[in-house]
Amino acid sequence: MTNESILAVRHVTRRFGGLIANSDISLEVRRGELLGLIGPNGAGKSTLFNLIAGTYAPTSGEICLDGDDITSLPDTKRCALGIARTFQVPRSFDSMSVLDNVIVGALVRRSGANQAREQALETLDFVGLATRAAAPAVELTPPEKRRLELARALATEPKLLLLDEVMTGLTPVEARKGVELIRRISDRGITIVMVEHVMEVVMPLVDRAVVLNLGKVLAQGHPKDVVRDESVIAAYLGDRHRAT
Amino acid sequence: MTELTLSRAETKSVASSIAEMRRFEILKALAIFALVAALPIIVHDVYLQNVLILTLMFAALSQSWNILGGYCGQISLGNALYFGIGAYVTSMLFVGFSITPWLGLGLGGVLAAVLAVVLGYPCFRLKGHYFSIATIVIAEIGLLLVHNWDYAGAALGIQWPVGQDGWTTLQFARNKIPYFYLALGLFVVTWFVTFFIEGSRWGYWWRAVRDNPEAARSLGVEVFRSKIAAAAVSAFFTAVGGGFYAAFVGYIDPDSVMSFRFSLLFALPAVLGGIGTLWGPAVGAAVLIPLTEILRSYAGGSGNGLDLIIYGGLVMLVALAKPDGLLSLFQLMGRGRST
Amino acid sequence: MTSAQPFLQVLASGLAMGLIYALIAVGLSLIFGLMDVVNFAHGEFLMLAMYATFGLFFETALDPIVLAPLVVAIMFVLGISVYAGVVRYAMRAKTNPGMVQIFATFGLAILIQGLAQYFFTPDYRSIPNTWLGGKTLNLGGVFLPWPQIYGGAISLATFLGLYLLISRTDFGKALEATREDQGAVALVGIDRNRIFALGWGLGAALVGLAGAVLAIFYYIHPNVGGTFALVAYVTVALGGFGSIFGALVAGIIVGVVEALTTLILPPALKSVGIFTLYLGVLFIRPSGLLGRL
Repeated sequence: MTNESILAVRHVTRRFGGLIANSDISLEVRRGELLGLIGPNGAGKSTLFNLIAGTYAPTSGEICLDGDDITSLPDTKRCALGIARTFQVPRSFDSMSVLDNVIVGALVRRSGANQAREQALETLDFVGLATRAAAPAVELTPPEKRRLELARALATEPKLLLLDEVMTGLTPVEARKGVELIRRISDRGITIVMVEHVMEVVMPLVDRAVVLNLGKVLAQGHPKDVVRDESVIAAYLGDRHRAT
Repeated sequence: MTELTLSRAETKSVASSIAEMRRFEILKALAIFALVAALPIIVHDVYLQNVLILTLMFAALSQSWNILGGYCGQISLGNALYFGIGAYVTSMLFVGFSITPWLGLGLGGVLAAVLAVVLGYPCFRLKGHYFSIATIVIAEIGLLLVHNWDYAGAALGIQWPVGQDGWTTLQFARNKIPYFYLALGLFVVTWFVTFFIEGSRWGYWWRAVRDNPEAARSLGVEVFRSKIAAAAVSAFFTAVGGGFYAAFVGYIDPDSVMSFRFSLLFALPAVLGGIGTLWGPAVGAAVLIPLTEILRSYAGGSGNGLDLIIYGGLVMLVALAKPDGLLSLFQLMGRGRST
Repeated sequence: MTSAQPFLQVLASGLAMGLIYALIAVGLSLIFGLMDVVNFAHGEFLMLAMYATFGLFFETALDPIVLAPLVVAIMFVLGISVYAGVVRYAMRAKTNPGMVQIFATFGLAILIQGLAQYFFTPDYRSIPNTWLGGKTLNLGGVFLPWPQIYGGAISLATFLGLYLLISRTDFGKALEATREDQGAVALVGIDRNRIFALGWGLGAALVGLAGAVLAIFYYIHPNVGGTFALVAYVTVALGGFGSIFGALVAGIIVGVVEALTTLILPPALKSVGIFTLYLGVLFIRPSGLLGRL
């Protein structure tokens, strides 16, 4: 990890009608870092995630990748620049095979299907889905579908990988495998921003955590410091109170 | 870790075995085309030859529809517009200016492709049923306009002159076999175009757009451009088919080439045979067109509707019972054999 | 006679016809809003309702106005049967569900057309000597045929009834809940299948009522559905799929614009006006006037 920033979010605000989902958010992601984006329900994590991925544009503020302003670029272009993402609810290409799903991702950097196929197979192997390459994506189990999402995103050879609640709904055993896989991706030098609702999953894994609450950055820093932060505890306690 | 992993060499070998399979697919196709090409040796009956020509023509037209509808998932129910453009451009150039239909086929195709791109800009903002219904309406407007276009013969249509038989005029009054090979040629071309697109970046993009546009976008797929490209290719070959049909029947009028019935007839074989597959449109056409002709001749001749009952019932039944199309039956049989 | 008279005349007959178009279209929109299915046999439902009116008239010699409730009841049963026998299975498809629905209902449309030809012959029929047939109301120089006035009034009353049904009854609430979120419905414990079946019954009953009206002043033949089906699809898309009041507004617009077009273009091109308007609106608002995305 270096101190050089790969992604910069500056004074980003996003409104949905009268609702302010993100309010004047600024944060930096360092190259090679594994960053956790956490916060209680409705904190604005998903909105921020989608703003970085380019699903929609911020109402104001700017987003830079490697120093270049990408605020107005659509998601397609951002993928070409090296931002890849997964979806909270996996969105596989269900009528296509697992391999073909990943080839779609690999084709961003390769124009020929044959090279893309080799790249896709390697990626499938990396995430542990190589034996399912020929299966139709629709037949995968939910944890396998999450792996497929990861493989597809990795096949685009991203500099920055955005993971949207990839651990949700996994059994403890599957979650452990997931954590191990994310570590291996990080070891490849890919910068990762992962959104998670459950702190227990992310905290041991990430280098740094950013806590959002009510659309604002509440705290950021080393996971150990963040979990001890009074305001963070209050926000999560408040969330639990609301939930019960 | 219990997952099996592959070595780099294994990855390469899996990849190359897939390439091998595609080469085999070409050989299989060539063998099938050769067998079909030999059919006129045993089929001498003019009526049957006619049925064969129509079957091949609709297989080609349905393959063209399949490119946009099957692979890219945009259900057009207005392809009769492009069919009509091909038929009218070819007919008007030949009848009015004695320009060879070969040129008309190409010009009609290009014109249709350009129109598809122009119409695509507004239409592809529409989703699902909104898109399908817009295509019906646009084709209907085209039909209404041609109906009232005096220069193109309005409701009376255009009659091709008789007595200039030959390959430059595409007129064969005494012997239908050349039309058979033209229709076969058209199908072979659309098949290979589909085959090569299927293995290319466009093919992957189109299927991704069909299955999940949001996910596709996140993987760098140009969704809008994909749809426009598919529409242009689809329209081009539909118009070439229209030009061929005009030369084949020698007489066209608005309703005989641009009615909604045609739009449906381009979609149905693909749906029946297997949508978004290489052989689906051909299998569907091979079942549907002979059946249509037989029903028309034997059951529906008196206008008692029996042909429609069987036809409609069959379409409904296949849609419900075999949503993957008839082709999936063959694949099941194939799987049964190999295991 | 003022110069505005022909204009008023066109406007009035356009308005009446527009209300009838709205009545034809609303069932289609209702079914779509409920379950995202476009019934491509909608025109054939209309045709069957017209034949039902004709057949009942033939048997009982009662006026179509009296027969309308009976036709509505028959169509209600037909709608439920089509759901139970066809649509329910079409919705189960795992691959290409949209495609399966389109072609299952298209197949049904062709089948119904064939059956109509087989049993009723392709001949054109009409119901002679009805109470309203051929009678015209003179409103200060603007002439309106009574059947159209009757149709317009029935249509308005139906929309009022639909409004009450949706806002006041349990069925309406269940309908609304299913429209909003199909998953939530299962949680609340509403039987989806029953709501869908009732929705199809209601949708068919509505187009049945329109058929009972049209049978008074329109020729009845196996292909009559196609004439109105396209107008119904345009109306629904213009108003926004699933929107009941979108259908009313769009129906009126379609009726009036169609009538106005005849002032400018030859009658053969009267549909060009509504088609162009429809495309224009859709390109600006892809989900129709009152539709949700």
